[in-house]
Amino acid sequence: MAQQELDHLSGQTTTGHEWDGLKELNTPLPKWWLYVFYACIVWSIGYYFVYPSWPLISGYTSGIVGAQMRSGALADYDNGVKARLANAAGLAEAPLEKIKSTPAYLEFAMANGKAAFGDNCAPCHGSGATGGPGFPNLQDDDWLWGGKLADIYQTLRFGIRSGHKDARDSQMPAFGKDAVLKKEEIAQVADFVVSLSDPAAKGAGVDAGKKLFADNCAACHGDDGKGNQEFGAPNLTDKIWLYGAGKDKIIAQVTEPKHGVMPAWEGRLDPITIKSLAVYVHSLGGGK
Amino acid sequence: MSLMEKHAIFEKNSIVLLLGIVIMIAIGGLVEVVPLFYLKSTIEKVEGMRPYTPLELAGRNIYIREGCYNCHSQMIRPMRDEIERYGHFSLAAESMYDHPFQWGSKRNGPDLARVGNKYSDKWHVEHMINPRAVVPDSIMPGYPFLAKTELDTRHLADVVKTNALVGVPYTEDQIANVAVDVAAQKNPDDKNVDAFLKRYPKSVARDFSGQPGKLTELDAVVAYLQVLGTLVDFSLYDDKANLR
Repeated sequence: MAQQELDHLSGQTTTGHEWDGLKELNTPLPKWWLYVFYACIVWSIGYYFVYPSWPLISGYTSGIVGAQMRSGALADYDNGVKARLANAAGLAEAPLEKIKSTPAYLEFAMANGKAAFGDNCAPCHGSGATGGPGFPNLQDDDWLWGGKLADIYQTLRFGIRSGHKDARDSQMPAFGKDAVLKKEEIAQVADFVVSLSDPAAKGAGVDAGKKLFADNCAACHGDDGKGNQEFGAPNLTDKIWLYGAGKDKIIAQVTEPKHGVMPAWEGRLDPITIKSLAVYVHSLGGGK
Repeated sequence: MSLMEKHAIFEKNSIVLLLGIVIMIAIGGLVEVVPLFYLKSTIEKVEGMRPYTPLELAGRNIYIREGCYNCHSQMIRPMRDEIERYGHFSLAAESMYDHPFQWGSKRNGPDLARVGNKYSDKWHVEHMINPRAVVPDSIMPGYPFLAKTELDTRHLADVVKTNALVGVPYTEDQIANVAVDVAAQKNPDDKNVDAFLKRYPKSVARDFSGQPGKLTELDAVVAYLQVLGTLVDFSLYDDKANLR
């Protein structure tokens, strides 16, 4: 190596590089920096043994502590569920009526149900559960498939026309599209259906519609038009209309009916959450 | 100091330095990436995964075209809060037929990895046309034109073939019947529905957009959204065998 030149001002050697008379000092790295650097290298060797690091032929080195994101997340989740259930132990096995009558269970189910409703149910039924066109209001006491705790629970688990094998299912015939009734006849039935909830409305076809109703509609909607929750046939005598009120909307529905779909939640939500939702929805105001 | 002397070769020749950098980065990259191609544990063993039906694949292409991935991820991370909200964390196997995958990294909207079967078709249709109609606070733009635009199926067979080329296990039968399967999935009364369901188990044939006889881009998008995250049968999935 060439002889090192000493810079007299700073007392350091130079690197021997020179640019236009400027020379570069060969100042060593600060000691603290250098030791931190070495410590990091030592630390990384320790890391190789403690945590998963090197890929191998058919796997990887898993490390002494066996750290895993996946098992950690699953354990976190289980612990979270357990911690929440601390004051409501046994809720998973408790029948719905008992959840409703036991304060500790009820408190848990209402809080849990409210949170789950906001994420899973509100997109269709609204954050206030008041529904919208085509999506039923859960605040009133008008139920398509039943408003008892057990009914709501079943609807939640298997859904309506969801494709689940235990789903609630029914199809209203397309009286217009499939030419079961003529256009005039549908108008007459609509006049009659309007009169069921609004006796003052006297459409031209009420009398003829009454007979058509008895022949074609009463099997599901009942002789008095009060519906049948076994088939999800709505009550036609109240003023609650899923697809809109008025003769035109009724004609549209009789001609080519729309059928609502509710997803099945069993398997997607855990059993405790489904129970909580049943209790929560039941409590919204319309529970029977 | 002789080692330092040799290092001067890198310092004095920029091309040598460049080559040195390329070799160093290549080593790092190879160690990280290459094992993923041969390690059996990279993709979990699952029951139920199948390639997308042609209609779902068309919907996926529209999802990419409209940039849905800019606001929606498809990756439920293994963390408690994500499991609570979205369900089981995503598996590598669930996106093994995605080219390219749609994991995303931004969530202006919710994660969509398991949105399939969470809402009804009607909800998706209304939500696509005007998100505010069903979710008042939504900031998602509306996509009403999807319902009016007829689905262009001319190149769909090529799309399926391309996917097969990069490793998606489409069978000869599936590749030969792309047009038939698109029509069958849209119309549950189609005469080819049974053959379609045989070719693509665990799929459904129905009128996704609620516009009978009119095959639109909305049909494809809803069909795609409704299958997301629904294929793997988690009742048969062994969590313990696939921890990593």
